[in-house]
Amino acid sequence: MKYLDEFRNPEIAHQILGKIRATVTRPWVIMEICGGQTHSIIRNGIDQLLPEEITLVHGPGCPVCVTPLEMIDQAIAIASRSEVIFTSFGDMLRVPGSDKDLLQVKSEGFDVRTVYSPLEAVDQARQNPGKEVVFFAVGFETTAPGNAMAIHQAAQEGLTNFSELVSHVLVPPAMEALLSSPSNRVQGYLAAGHVCAVMGWWEYEPIAEKFKVPIVPTGFEPVDILEGILLIVEQLEAGKHDVVNQYLRAVKRNGNQPAQALVNEIFEITDRKWRGIGTIPASGFQIRDQYAAFDAGRKFSVGDIHPNESPDCISGLVLQGLKKPIECPAFDKICTPQHPLGATMVSSEGACAAYYHYHKIRIPSA
Amino acid sequence: MCLGIPGKVVEIFDEGGLKMGHIDYGGTQNKACLEYVPEIEIGQYTIIHAGFAISIIDEEEAQQSYAAWLEVADAAEKAGIDLFGEEAGENR
Ligand code: SF4
Repeated sequence: MKYLDEFRNPEIAHQILGKIRATVTRPWVIMEICGGQTHSIIRNGIDQLLPEEITLVHGPGCPVCVTPLEMIDQAIAIASRSEVIFTSFGDMLRVPGSDKDLLQVKSEGFDVRTVYSPLEAVDQARQNPGKEVVFFAVGFETTAPGNAMAIHQAAQEGLTNFSELVSHVLVPPAMEALLSSPSNRVQGYLAAGHVCAVMGWWEYEPIAEKFKVPIVPTGFEPVDILEGILLIVEQLEAGKHDVVNQYLRAVKRNGNQPAQALVNEIFEITDRKWRGIGTIPASGFQIRDQYAAFDAGRKFSVGDIHPNESPDCISGLVLQGLKKPIECPAFDKICTPQHPLGATMVSSEGACAAYYHYHKIRIPSA
Repeated sequence: MCLGIPGKVVEIFDEGGLKMGHIDYGGTQNKACLEYVPEIEIGQYTIIHAGFAISIIDEEEAQQSYAAWLEVADAAEKAGIDLFGEEAGENR
């Protein structure tokens, strides 16, 4: 496939690895923000190929992993209403809530459906005028344009039976929060390429300057990731901290303007709780008052939810890059993708699941 | 959910007032919304994310960065190690 195969070329990967080895002289800790990159790194064994001076830590960039437990419980409460058709991306259905997941709600006979695009959820609302169709709008800046378009479409058509349960998170405030933490180890960031495709990368310049960390918007293929690491290591070794764009073929400095315009029309910035991390100021989107009719959180009063997190799960530390999944006592013992204790074991973009599928056999000692 | 993938626009049409397209991913095809890349044309490649095109692939940039690395790789001695040869998604 064009634009994939080239960036998986082993010869080129080998050359970049050589350059990284030739450049590095001291230990450095680099975080990849995006779960898609974590997946690619672990699947391709990139972490094992890098010189030992470089430690990659895995960031909180998996929407499935950071959607707060309260939100999962709210989704479960709304999906458990007989008038509701609850629609969601497939990977949210297996995220454990306090006492069940959405798949169990479905097996209890309620109408829970997987959709591939939020526009399909709007279509369900058109086709089922007697039902309330709710879409679980989670994700980073990458899914926000689609979720904004779904509300825009529903508003245009005057649909009154479509709403979204919104738990949107934003990447730059989380990067800042991690850098501000006293336990921070991160010295350079691979920024999430597709988030930058939407939002651009100008937002990272003040962060790179304030915390003196190089930030490199990076793609998802092995060659991209290795080149991103090289661009960070070169800066770290030279004492520089600029934003340098690796993902030139997909990311422009200002991002996708039409997408940003509609996102701003429908959503506004709010404080948001991240599962395992806590509340980060101004780190999420919520639906503007003007579009309150499309806000499932306001439409369905779901009562007081008191979430109940598994005491054995250390995914909060994993998401902050403070622990590796294999350091969790539950990993591959009481916690597996079939029986996940935490959300990081559910999604293929979650660090625990990535380690489970691709890594555990290659760990010399846990 | 965050795995955006590149695909080629093979057809553009209107659906419910939205610019939509059929996207080819090396054999399999799927529908996606093209509203956020209004200038896109048939034959161009785009990154699709959860049913939406979020970015048109800049062919010139893609070729340039690839060609630059290829030159480095060609100039160097061939190492002959297939580091990334496995199929995507396959366990090792
Ligand atoms: S292995 Fe399971 S229990 Fe441990 S941190 Fe990961 S998700 Fe939580």
